[in-house]
Amino acid sequence: MSTRVMIDGNGAASEGLRLAKVRVVSAYPITPQSPISEKLADFVVQGKLDAKYIRVESEHSAMCCAIGAQLTGVRAGTATSSVGLALMHEVLGVAAGCRVPIVMPVVNRSLVSPWSLWCDHQDAMAERDGGWLQLYAESAQEVLDLILIAYRTAEDARIQLPAMVCLDGFFLSHMSDAVYVPDQAAVDAYLPPYVCHNFHLDPNDPMFINNLTPTAEYTEMRYQQAVGFNQAPAVLLAAMADFKRVFGRDYSLLEAYQCDDAEAVIVTLGSMSGTAKYTVDQLRGQGKKVGVLKLTSYRPFPAEQVKQALAPVAVVGVMDRSPGYGAQVAPVATEVRAVLSGKPVQGFIAGLGGRDISPATFVKAFAKLLTGEITADVDWVDVKENALTIREVK
Amino acid sequence: MQRQQKKPMTDCEKTKKYFVGPVATEFVAAKTGVWRVVRPDVTIEDCIFCGTCRKHCPADVVTVAKEDPNSGVYFDWDYCKGCGICANICPKQCIAMIPEEGVCKL
Repeated sequence: MSTRVMIDGNGAASEGLRLAKVRVVSAYPITPQSPISEKLADFVVQGKLDAKYIRVESEHSAMCCAIGAQLTGVRAGTATSSVGLALMHEVLGVAAGCRVPIVMPVVNRSLVSPWSLWCDHQDAMAERDGGWLQLYAESAQEVLDLILIAYRTAEDARIQLPAMVCLDGFFLSHMSDAVYVPDQAAVDAYLPPYVCHNFHLDPNDPMFINNLTPTAEYTEMRYQQAVGFNQAPAVLLAAMADFKRVFGRDYSLLEAYQCDDAEAVIVTLGSMSGTAKYTVDQLRGQGKKVGVLKLTSYRPFPAEQVKQALAPVAVVGVMDRSPGYGAQVAPVATEVRAVLSGKPVQGFIAGLGGRDISPATFVKAFAKLLTGEITADVDWVDVKENALTIREVK
Repeated sequence: MQRQQKKPMTDCEKTKKYFVGPVATEFVAAKTGVWRVVRPDVTIEDCIFCGTCRKHCPADVVTVAKEDPNSGVYFDWDYCKGCGICANICPKQCIAMIPEEGVCKL
């Protein structure tokens, strides 16, 4: 039913799109996403993927092509990263508002400036309220699995929203792992051919798509999207339950690790979750009652589930991989604080521009939580002391 | 490509009653009258049916009917944006701009 192979996160993402039988690929290469574009091109040339590969001149065009292609009634595949995602910004809104359920791997990389090729979550966080579902993977296996789950959810008649499957640049995209790649027959059973439930491009049935919408209807169409999001948690959970029946692997909107009797819990997103769990194991060995709450779904934000999981926990921290300038705390911490009103929630920022969030970082963060050193401000937990003096004027 | 499209689209027509999001299945002009905040109101007793308002209307929505029994000044409310040029240009100053219900008046 599946083959276990050594592939990295980009490989897993490519396999996910191949198994979903995308019929059009319009991707523009960008570090660290490029291997996805290249692998999909290989699949097309080798006849492993029956798709039209469109070589586009930018990410903006890549998303435009994907939207147009999918509106003709087929799955369209693309993937991007960082400033490429930022360049797509305008048309990401078109996909969301026109309810085109494209599933796109986003290889998380920092935004400029400073220029960087490496991992953090600023790119995806900049799009967090744009009407796309956002799932975050912890491992290469999760990348593949969440892509299939995302298709099932995004294309559901009740949802019809596009979805990003976020994987941390280099930490996941370029790190090889033993991944179960399911057989096509098993995926076909889980993920039926694409059915367009909404408007479509057809010369025999002409429609004017994305037309100027008067004030009298704009709010209503935005509300339609909100209704789609409201139904997303239940549909996601159903898709995950079905996934377990077919493939045996268990997913949920979040994963509570050692949270039951924990005195301090840190909320995580993406690849840092593995390090966090490892650190929890080490600290538990020293008798410290700590836990991790990994969010798999950030959009929709599983508020109810987060509330339940963290209700018995005395002190909560949130490790954000983006700065959230001008806000009290960074994006994930903002959401968690809103859910847990009245309880101390310490925002941490770490792992920007590819800086590793190591066990030492989590040890430091847990120590602050356990000693009750909670501050209203966000804690830049891995910033160096010479932050303001690293470039001397000569 | 055509064959792949056929089935999903047939299904789409059979199972769905409403589209979500911005789509026009009929091609009609947008009713710009919904932009209106104030509307022209003619004091017909003072009107001399000169047609100056009709000539100056940038949206060509004014009809001036001089003959009895239908004499009056009529506006196409679907497209009158309430710009007030008719009121400004009227030689008898018999057109007032009054607030739209639900916009200025609650």
